[in-house]
Amino acid sequence: MSTEAKTHQLVVSVSPHVRDEESIARIMWTVNIALLPAFIMAVYYFGPRAVYVTALCIATSVLSEYLFQRWLKKKTTISDGSAFLTGLLLGMNLPPGVPFYIPLVGSFVAIVITKTLFGGLGYNIFNPALIGRAFLLLTWPKLMTKWYEPTALFVGLDAKTTATPLGILKEEGLAKLVEHFGDKAGVYKSLFFGSTAGSLGETSAIALLIGAAILLYKRYITWHIPFSFLASVAVIAWIFGGKGGLFTGDPVIHLLSGGLMLGAFFMATDYVTCPTIRKGQIIFGIGCGAVTMLIRLKGGFPEGVMFAILLMNCFAPLIDRNVKPEQFGAVKKKEDKK
Amino acid sequence: MDFNKLFQLIVAASLINNFVFTRFLGLCIFFGVSKKMETAVGMSITFTAVMVISSALSWVVFKYIMVPLDITFLKIIVFIGIIAAFVQSADTIMKKMSPSLYYKLGIYLALITTNCIILAVPLINSGEGYSFLESMAFGVGSGLGFALALVIMASIREKLELADIPAPFRGLPISFIIAGLIALAFTGFSGLITL
Repeated sequence: MSTEAKTHQLVVSVSPHVRDEESIARIMWTVNIALLPAFIMAVYYFGPRAVYVTALCIATSVLSEYLFQRWLKKKTTISDGSAFLTGLLLGMNLPPGVPFYIPLVGSFVAIVITKTLFGGLGYNIFNPALIGRAFLLLTWPKLMTKWYEPTALFVGLDAKTTATPLGILKEEGLAKLVEHFGDKAGVYKSLFFGSTAGSLGETSAIALLIGAAILLYKRYITWHIPFSFLASVAVIAWIFGGKGGLFTGDPVIHLLSGGLMLGAFFMATDYVTCPTIRKGQIIFGIGCGAVTMLIRLKGGFPEGVMFAILLMNCFAPLIDRNVKPEQFGAVKKKEDKK
Repeated sequence: MDFNKLFQLIVAASLINNFVFTRFLGLCIFFGVSKKMETAVGMSITFTAVMVISSALSWVVFKYIMVPLDITFLKIIVFIGIIAAFVQSADTIMKKMSPSLYYKLGIYLALITTNCIILAVPLINSGEGYSFLESMAFGVGSGLGFALALVIMASIREKLELADIPAPFRGLPISFIIAGLIALAFTGFSGLITL
């Protein structure tokens, strides 16, 4: 009798009523794990330097977050993995042969200036890792664009320097790029598996796609931003990317090269810095793609993914304001213009 | 007529060489009125209108009075005078003709008089030797660029209203940091159009 009374008890509580096991820490560490394939490929192609650069980034990020939160007398949140993720993403966005102070400065800018000063995780307007990288690129342009030829086996520090596929495409054209890799299939293959020059974690499309599949399967990211980002890049590359007039461009090279895969799946989808409404996310993705291609085809830099995401980060609050769904049953306010 | 050049001027002045984010001019108004979206929008409209008209006026004065009299070395002082006179008369006329508009936009007019972008645009126009239409295009582009900067900034600052920003950084300091970070993002446009 008494047990039955208990099961029918009416529980009154405030929302949320449906609870789940998900937490910030769980999502962040899953994203870290999803980046593991790309990290392994980076180590495979760029050797111990990949480990060294990434470890420095992660260590500085976590340490500076810890020290700052201690100093501001706030709760320490380094165990939720977000500082770790920022460090990992920044490391994957750096060229292999950077001197030790570059990861240190980049991580400090990313964590302290872009995140902690804005009030910590959840309040930052910009993606911390990308601001870190943009800061480094503009401060040390020479060091940040010194790319190394990937070598499948561990070699010493005297690896050959070379240009990235996008750099070759911009400076010397498609013919030169095809010649560099043998034939067109060779270009696709190296871009897909990652045996090209570039930032540590961005070269291998297959490894990043495996990571993205994990995130999509776990529903930590939705298709809206990555799909609209990639689709707009592909369409614009196809229409305007060719030398022989409209509709002659090669979308596959543009899709696979540069930081597009890393940016579209791991950085543009950052919960904090993208719009929260689905319609806004599609606008956000299309904007990212359009700016990326604008910079790649017409701009002063060979690669535009980083700037595109940062620019759209500026616009994210504005997009969110303007796509607010109407309240059910609300009557549109009539504006009287005089 | 070269429409391509005019279009390039508008894009270059509004995005690539955005006055706020690449030349860091006009920051007093930029930080002063970007706290609320409503004031930011009002300021943007007033600002763009004043910018276009004052660049047209100063172009006429520069070309037909100052160049023939050979007094171009006085252009800073003359342009300040033209802008101040125009803004003040607009202010007075609006007060008489349309009080409702005056109460909406009048407070911004007083601020605009001494704004450095408003002075920079006629100076650049005369320095580069732009034609009348080019000067107008440059004025429109600069106005739109400033409007864009204001609206972005206002949307970000409204979003940060409830953020847990460390006490020493609340208000103006964090706004300077935001402006710096947006400027970092805007460098992506550099090299897009070379005039």
